[in-house]
Amino acid sequence: MSNETKYWSWHMAAGVVLFFLLGLHMLIMHMGGTMHMFAPHGPDAVSIANSQWRDSRFWFAITYIILLGVGLYHGLYGLRTILFELTLKPALEKAITAVLLLVGIGLFGLGGWAAWAAHVVALAGGKG
Amino acid sequence: MAEKKAIKQINFHVTRYNPEKDPKPYIQTYKFEVTDGMTVLEGLHWIKDNLDPTLAWRYSCRMGICGSCGMLINGSPTLACNTQILHLSHSDITVGPLPNFEIIRDLVPDLLSMFNKHASVSPHIIRNEAEIVDRKGEFYQTPEQLEAYLQFTYCIKCGCCMGACPTLATDVRYLGPMPLTALERYNEDSRDEGFAVRKEIASGDGGAFHCHYAGECSRVCPKGVDPGKAIQLLKRKLVLDYLHLAHTKKTCRKLEGPGHGKPLQNTAAPSRTIPE
Repeated sequence: MSNETKYWSWHMAAGVVLFFLLGLHMLIMHMGGTMHMFAPHGPDAVSIANSQWRDSRFWFAITYIILLGVGLYHGLYGLRTILFELTLKPALEKAITAVLLLVGIGLFGLGGWAAWAAHVVALAGGKG
Repeated sequence: MAEKKAIKQINFHVTRYNPEKDPKPYIQTYKFEVTDGMTVLEGLHWIKDNLDPTLAWRYSCRMGICGSCGMLINGSPTLACNTQILHLSHSDITVGPLPNFEIIRDLVPDLLSMFNKHASVSPHIIRNEAEIVDRKGEFYQTPEQLEAYLQFTYCIKCGCCMGACPTLATDVRYLGPMPLTALERYNEDSRDEGFAVRKEIASGDGGAFHCHYAGECSRVCPKGVDPGKAIQLLKRKLVLDYLHLAHTKKTCRKLEGPGHGKPLQNTAAPSRTIPE
């Protein structure tokens, strides 16, 4: 079985997860004024108080990390597909796949660390 | 029979190219009067008979069956024999060779790349050789089993879908809508057991996952085939196979003798009455 089926299957799975998490993101961040979801400190969803309240929740930190992972995978796979349409040489395609994998892992590591650090700081009452 | 009346003067802007003489394709315009019901193919014949005997194109049946006269007409890949001039325009018509193919001459595309890709997907029933060679009996299919692949059999290999595919425009390794539809046609056939053979090429470098589902192939198909659907079905099949969620295909049995000793189900379509 070719790797392409594997990549595509996870691309689809990441798309479904993105659909739900981005829907949740829209509800929380862009409809905060009317929905008041996960914003106990007033209607401004991006205020420091509301952000710290969300960051202090363990499952929110986990959700951020999952969103980052599926977003990166879905986006980088899409970029790879566009680049491969240029009829590149197989060796170059392998190199692109490796570079995108490294970039994805690097960004996921950085973003995951930032999300967890925000969680720890929020738990300490905003005193990092 | 009364002679048809010329009703409109049309400018035919035809792509000309002779690789032995011309550095690149160019447009030549022919002006003539067309009659009601005249097809683009008939227009090209009129040009050849009356204005320019050097114009080259490919055609055969003149009735939308053979798939020889696929060309780019007013920017859309379609069959010249199936397209009436006055349905498209009352002033100007552009006629060019199918995109995404090399040009042999004028409106004649080199379809060899398409046919090579078609051959590579094993577009035939794959089953136990002894069972096929044995002349006794025949494979029994229910109407539902036939329906699963029937529309894909209407493909006439005209290449219009290949000309319309935006992925093929940049990725020459992509198999394209026609070969992938042929591949899926046999995957859906209840007599076939060749998915394991075809799945490597279906999921490989030029396989189904290169399709972006632009849907142009389905829009332009002159026979109403839906290659976009075939490719999506193929993707689903490959993913389910990867996840080990695919149903084991129930291939149809071979029945020996009429009804294998038992009466066959009545598979005839219900009769229709035509309202007065």
